[in-house]
Amino acid sequence: MFEPVVGLLVNAATGLAAWPLLVLLGIYAGLTHLTGLDRRPLDRLLGMVHTLAGFQHGRAVRVLDRHGAGPYRPDGIRREVGWLAVHSVAGPACLILLAAFPAAADVIWNVRVVEPDRPISLTFTLSLLALMIAGWMTASYLHTAQARLAHLMLGCEPSLAERVRELTESRAAAVDTLAAELRRIERDLHDGAQARLIAMRMSLGMIKGEKDPDRMRELAGEAWESAGQALADLRHVVRGIHPPVLADRGLAGAIQATALLCPVPVEVDIVLPARPAAPVESAMYFAAAEALTNVAKHSGAGQAWVRLRHSAGMLRLTVGDDGRGGADPARGTGLDGIRSRLSAFDGRLKLDSPPEGSTELTMELPCVL
Amino acid sequence: MRVVIAEDLALLRDGLVRLLSAHGFQVVEAVDNGPSLLMALLRHRPDVAVIDVRLPPTFTDEGLQTALEARRRLPGLPVLILSQYVEQLYARELLSDRSGGVGYLLKDRVGDVEQFVEAVRRVAAGGTAMDAEVISQLLTRRVRDEPLGALTPKEREVLSMMAEGLSNAAIAARLFVTDKAIGKHTNNIFAKLGLPPSEDQNRRVMAVLAYLEAEPG
Repeated sequence: MFEPVVGLLVNAATGLAAWPLLVLLGIYAGLTHLTGLDRRPLDRLLGMVHTLAGFQHGRAVRVLDRHGAGPYRPDGIRREVGWLAVHSVAGPACLILLAAFPAAADVIWNVRVVEPDRPISLTFTLSLLALMIAGWMTASYLHTAQARLAHLMLGCEPSLAERVRELTESRAAAVDTLAAELRRIERDLHDGAQARLIAMRMSLGMIKGEKDPDRMRELAGEAWESAGQALADLRHVVRGIHPPVLADRGLAGAIQATALLCPVPVEVDIVLPARPAAPVESAMYFAAAEALTNVAKHSGAGQAWVRLRHSAGMLRLTVGDDGRGGADPARGTGLDGIRSRLSAFDGRLKLDSPPEGSTELTMELPCVL
Repeated sequence: MRVVIAEDLALLRDGLVRLLSAHGFQVVEAVDNGPSLLMALLRHRPDVAVIDVRLPPTFTDEGLQTALEARRRLPGLPVLILSQYVEQLYARELLSDRSGGVGYLLKDRVGDVEQFVEAVRRVAAGGTAMDAEVISQLLTRRVRDEPLGALTPKEREVLSMMAEGLSNAAIAARLFVTDKAIGKHTNNIFAKLGLPPSEDQNRRVMAVLAYLEAEPG
């Protein structure tokens, strides 16, 4: 019953908070543009706007009961700033509007005092009651209206056509990834285990026709050697398809095992309430493994960290390092690989890697636990 | 020497039974799943158990879990884990109770009969037998933290062979130096790792554990 009023209070508070944010944003945008100031403070402010917009959007979705629309994905920071400007006025204004009702009640109360000989009648009680009802209705109407406004302006529910295009793209990426994977496995088996087995069969065939015991022993040794290498090759292929430790221990264990092998020390922090579905686990594991390989190969870092959490229907993996930064998805296929793996599950990859700064890779997958 | 075997593939189980019997081991029971393994281990208290890491009913690391559980109940029960792949994580878990008598080998190694039987005996005697692949995974890391960082490259090489379970004589043979030279290295290693003089076997286990647990840097 008090939800609309509380909601309006929160909106007013965030609306007021928007004022200093907008002013700072204006100043820093101007400075950055005119004097070529470091972009980082501006980026931090924009990050705050984004967080605020995400928060308000989340509330709007709850108020309008539009769950299932997918995670918050704004079209761009311009839209968010635009919304913030509107919200900074609309938020407090709605509360002021609502404040009219207690004010009106106050007036009625005073009328009673001014004309004390008028009987405290039914009309008096009724007008106060009517005011209360009207106030409550207005509050809930304003509350919904604000939610609608946020929902409209932050416009994160993509049109059906857009969604179809997105899904078509991710499906194509998934099929491509799968085909490439199968080609790789075929090639690995062909050049590895298969070739070793052929060599082994050759050695054994030669033993069959051999008379000299020393030569036979030598050939048996070669066959034995080939069998061992075939096993090693198969092990390598299996690890690439589905690492056994992932099946045994789930994401937490598998990522820990991978972190142990990383030449850079990795701090692993994983909290999951349950095991995600196997395909999601696999996609997330390979993304993490690829990210750690990148850290080891390119970052020159002294410390790395992996963080995995599940919240609000989203699996979120962060892999960071204190290395030299400047990672560029345009170069190298590692990041592309992660992206296409994740896109098959409607997941996303975000890269934050300023030159000479620490790198952080955030991977998100929608996932119900 | 009494041994319990756990392996779910009949072909390999029979092979192991034959191989160990031929080398003077008495196979008291050969099982094909985790729960039976735990019962067999508690009932027979064998001198050593040879266990496949992946067993029914879960077909995950049931063998390892069962071995760890059995060692919780019977501290120091010697177990040799066989696996199609090795994970350093598992090696650490096996060694973490610091009581020795553990082995962790790739299944391929069974093909090298002499060395495999030697490894089973070593584990039964309370030693360690870590697969060369576990060790080679470790060698790719840089070591930052004390006291392992204080070891010379030669001492680290000797330590890695100790982790495989080699005796001083075997290490000496591999490095083409005298036993005495290796003895000097091992004493230096024990001193630098702060391991007090005690039974040699136990100190070796502790040193290997320090090696496996070292954080890369």
